[in-house]
Amino acid sequence: MAIRSFFLFILFFSSSISPVFSLYEDQVGLMDWHQQYIGKVKQAVFSSQRAGRKRVVVSTEENVIASLDLRHGEIFWRHLLGADDVIDGIDIGLGKYVITLSSGGSILRSWNLPDGQMVWESSLQGPKHSKSFLLVPTNLKFDKDNLLVVFSNGRLHAISCIDGEVLWKKDFEAESFEVQQVILPPGSDLIHVVGFAALSQFEMYQINAKNGELLKHESASFSSGFSGQVSLVSTETVVALDSTGSILLTISFQDGKISSQQTPISNLVEDSLGPAVIIPSSVSGIFAIKTDAVTIFIRVIGKGNLEVVEKTTHEIAVSDALSISEDQQAFALIQHASSEIHLTVKLAHDWDGNLLKESVKMDRQRGLVHKVFINNYIRTDRSYGFRVLIVMEDHSLLLLQQGEIVWSREDGLASIIDVTTSELPVERDGVSVAKVEHNLFEWLKGHMLKLKGTLMLASPEDMAAIQSMRLKSSEKSKMTRDHNGFRKLLIVLTRAGKLFALHTGDGRIVWSYLLRSLHKSEACQSPIGLNLYQWQVPHHHAMDENPSVLVVSRCGPSSDTSGVLSFVDTYTGKELSSLSLDHAVVQVIPLPYTDSTEQRLHLLIDADKHAHLYPKTSGALSIFKREFSNIYWYSVEDQNGIIKGHALKCKCTGEVADEFCFDTRDLWSVVFPSESEKTIATVTRKLNEVVHTQAKVVADQDVMYKYISRNLLFVATVAPKGSGEIGSVTPEESWLVAYLIDTVTGRILHRVTHHGSQGPVHAVFSENWVVYHYFNLRAHRYEMSVIEIYDQSRADNKDVWKLVLGKHNLTSPISLFSRPEVITKSQSYFFTHSLKAIAVTSTAKGITSKQLLLGTIGDQVLALDKRFLDPRRTVNPTQLEKEEGIIPLTESLPIIPQSYVTHALRVEGLRGIITVPAKLESTTLVFAHGVDLFFTQLAPSRTYDSLTEDFSYALLLITIVALVAAIFVTWRLSERKELQEKWR
Amino acid sequence: MEKGKGIMGSGRRWAVDFSDNSTAPSSRDIPDPPGFTRASVNQDDSTVSRQKKDAESNWKAQKAWEVAQAPFKNLLMMGFMMWMAGNTVHLFSIGITFSALWQPISALQGVGKVFEPYKDNKVDLLGPKLLFIALNLGGLALGVWKLNTLGLLPTHASDWVSSLPPAQEVEYSGGGIPL
Repeated sequence: MAIRSFFLFILFFSSSISPVFSLYEDQVGLMDWHQQYIGKVKQAVFSSQRAGRKRVVVSTEENVIASLDLRHGEIFWRHLLGADDVIDGIDIGLGKYVITLSSGGSILRSWNLPDGQMVWESSLQGPKHSKSFLLVPTNLKFDKDNLLVVFSNGRLHAISCIDGEVLWKKDFEAESFEVQQVILPPGSDLIHVVGFAALSQFEMYQINAKNGELLKHESASFSSGFSGQVSLVSTETVVALDSTGSILLTISFQDGKISSQQTPISNLVEDSLGPAVIIPSSVSGIFAIKTDAVTIFIRVIGKGNLEVVEKTTHEIAVSDALSISEDQQAFALIQHASSEIHLTVKLAHDWDGNLLKESVKMDRQRGLVHKVFINNYIRTDRSYGFRVLIVMEDHSLLLLQQGEIVWSREDGLASIIDVTTSELPVERDGVSVAKVEHNLFEWLKGHMLKLKGTLMLASPEDMAAIQSMRLKSSEKSKMTRDHNGFRKLLIVLTRAGKLFALHTGDGRIVWSYLLRSLHKSEACQSPIGLNLYQWQVPHHHAMDENPSVLVVSRCGPSSDTSGVLSFVDTYTGKELSSLSLDHAVVQVIPLPYTDSTEQRLHLLIDADKHAHLYPKTSGALSIFKREFSNIYWYSVEDQNGIIKGHALKCKCTGEVADEFCFDTRDLWSVVFPSESEKTIATVTRKLNEVVHTQAKVVADQDVMYKYISRNLLFVATVAPKGSGEIGSVTPEESWLVAYLIDTVTGRILHRVTHHGSQGPVHAVFSENWVVYHYFNLRAHRYEMSVIEIYDQSRADNKDVWKLVLGKHNLTSPISLFSRPEVITKSQSYFFTHSLKAIAVTSTAKGITSKQLLLGTIGDQVLALDKRFLDPRRTVNPTQLEKEEGIIPLTESLPIIPQSYVTHALRVEGLRGIITVPAKLESTTLVFAHGVDLFFTQLAPSRTYDSLTEDFSYALLLITIVALVAAIFVTWRLSERKELQEKWR
Repeated sequence: MEKGKGIMGSGRRWAVDFSDNSTAPSSRDIPDPPGFTRASVNQDDSTVSRQKKDAESNWKAQKAWEVAQAPFKNLLMMGFMMWMAGNTVHLFSIGITFSALWQPISALQGVGKVFEPYKDNKVDLLGPKLLFIALNLGGLALGVWKLNTLGLLPTHASDWVSSLPPAQEVEYSGGGIPL
């Protein structure tokens, strides 16, 4: 009854308050934070404007172009191009336009440098796919118009810088011609296009830049072939490597005549080295080659004479050339030495003399320097000063000037792969990291201010003080666990292989760790991080242990390369241990069992379908043995359209006896007909989701039993024709089929076909329902469908006395091999937006009603009550149904502007939404990540279990004091009066 | 003490009957012997007080019945209030229902106290007490019935299963699309 009245209470609340969960303006930033990033910088161009603020324009691997403030590293403006609109090159034209070439050289855009408005866009087509080059010559004029030269898709274009009009174009149609360089010597009207043809042919085209006329075409044959890239050492000389990587070819094409010289690398360097690659650089006269361990800088003297200028085994990074005067070019070189980096700036023609030599202390967790960009400025004493922008291994961006790091940006956070959470340490003596103790006077002062605010007595200054006090509340950024569970650590794994721990209170980085196991090594050539799992969450038995996470990574992009496991302590950010596995990792299955030290058991499936148990301890093994026959696994082969179920069989029958390795056998398979169905989405319930009850009370006191199973898989398939873009097929040719499959037995519990519908499908599975989003071709609209599953076999449990006395078997363990009788209820609604991500709120006990969190195409997160997606909605709900909270049926789902969780902000490039329950039942923590990060707290049924943040304790205190005083005074008065009465 | 008094009281009543029987014939058939005055001071007093007591006990019994019937009016009023409150759960109806439940209960707790003033040796309070209890139980039943119509009584299966945790599954399966 308590629950029932509680439910009624909630109902009472939810019906009396309209379902709008908006914020007031002054509540922004109280519980949420937003961070803007750009991603790993690919290319940077410094704006050389004399006046105005110094800025640098960058393009990144997240397809962002951004203009950054050179003083502080803040973003002036930023544009995120689409996911398939990869930026090939950027430059600044006429000092006021940012020119970008993207989408494999097919889209050229111009942006206004000061404010980032797009000026023009032109589409460049061509006969075939090729490398693309963007050249912005400073002095190539054509009818008072500056020209841009773009080579893309096998075609050379000259484009007006003012309006993007293509002035002329020239095709390079030779089938095997592969362009390597497009050269525009300064001060001339000639364009040189050099490249390889048929593997061993060197081709050179000379073109008139004014009209695109082909002036000269020369070719020369090299029997040894070419490998890799070419490096330009002067406007008329390139250096290439032969196909074995051991002979350097110096090819010059002065006056249209090709002449060449071959120099074996062994002539230059005594000891023999492995095959080398050329590191492209634009420094004239110097190029670099790199073998496994050594980087060699070679100078070209005269016509093809090579000379080694430096040989180093340190990791090294070189910038492009920067012309500082008519005939002088400078470049920057960065070398690593233990905890420092050495920056040297040299002149191109004078290797031994240094313009600048500085050492900068560098955090080891940033890894190696990947890219260097150099810029100069004129000091007050008229000498040249240099600043360099460096991109580190962890994708962070730093500006170095005068031997110091001026600013740094943690842009690795723009490419998060996986997120998990960790609790903070319990507050104990000596544990508290942040000092938050403030005295009573300040506390009282704060509350008095608040009280003034409530009573509308506060002046504007007071209001500002109140607001800043609320925003800077040190309570939320403390480094200890709080009572409500709002403070946690978000552990994120980035594409660079770095782990960050972000504090949920204010989003600051608590620690970061560049995974050592993700460094390149002999055994592991190109390691990539895959996933994060909670390895150890101590709460009952092992309170003294720190929680830890498991990072699963792999040595290469293909699925049969061996895996690497790392275990990282979440309090300290130190790697506890790492394991190089001798088997591949195809799947990681966290099991619902923990050992005596609260380490979760994980089953790793390798490419040969062997299951490996971790942790490899005898305790874990005995727990696993006990549950051995109840553990199954399934694999979705989306290429073949097969879902297979497997069971564990016996110990591995290999040559090496391994107690922790198990053979598996196939149990069942679901084969989708490949001519009519193609798997596009699968989704399961979250492992850690808590469900409060199995019963759903519907109107007139009836009960429906939810079919709650952890082993349900939602699969969506579409017609193979319809797996392309929306609108590429007619409604008759396209359909979408949704399945609910039991992953233990392979039983298909439900199947529904949506004719005339198309993907992409975004789905979320929670409790006993699944919601999925797709496109309806007939209605030309997006649709969201809901399927709820109920267990009909339990529906007979209606005898009150049996239930009162507990004589029922509703909570006894069930086996999935007993045939369940399920019924489903479903309904579809139109929805306006297309989605990028979908998630559902999760709370500690699962009592609070749910909200769907929809990542819209506009990079915002919209909260939508699950009640809107109830399959039992009818046009005219009865009084009882209305009481239950059923909303009258509407064709489409409402979008209430106030229910945008991200309010006015945008999470650019939104990729995922993660919800974590707080300890307070009403509240859930939401973390959305993409290029930006956003975090907030949500209370889907309002905070019914706590006082609001702006509750005035001072008012309460004063009221109590006043009441007590009043009681005392009236008591004294009445006593005196009584005494007088008696004397009368 | 109380019991002893009761026994004494009934004994005296019997004795009164006997003396009546002895006095009546003597007053009618045989004249009193000279010097014998039948009306002794003592006896005179007792008759007066007896009459007085009789009247009082009559009055008390009447009052007790009245008190016993009082909850009936209450009951009617409660019924009217409940009808006014309607069948939806809100503050007013809950308040009325709980007062309807609380009044009979508190009244039943204080049955002894309510009839304390009318306690008399000559007054039979059992009847009124029973009526009082019955009426209050009726009121209680009305309150419970109201509670039920409001849907606040756990008489449905839904009230007992609404917090049942989901059943544990024996099997566990994991996996998905290869990493």
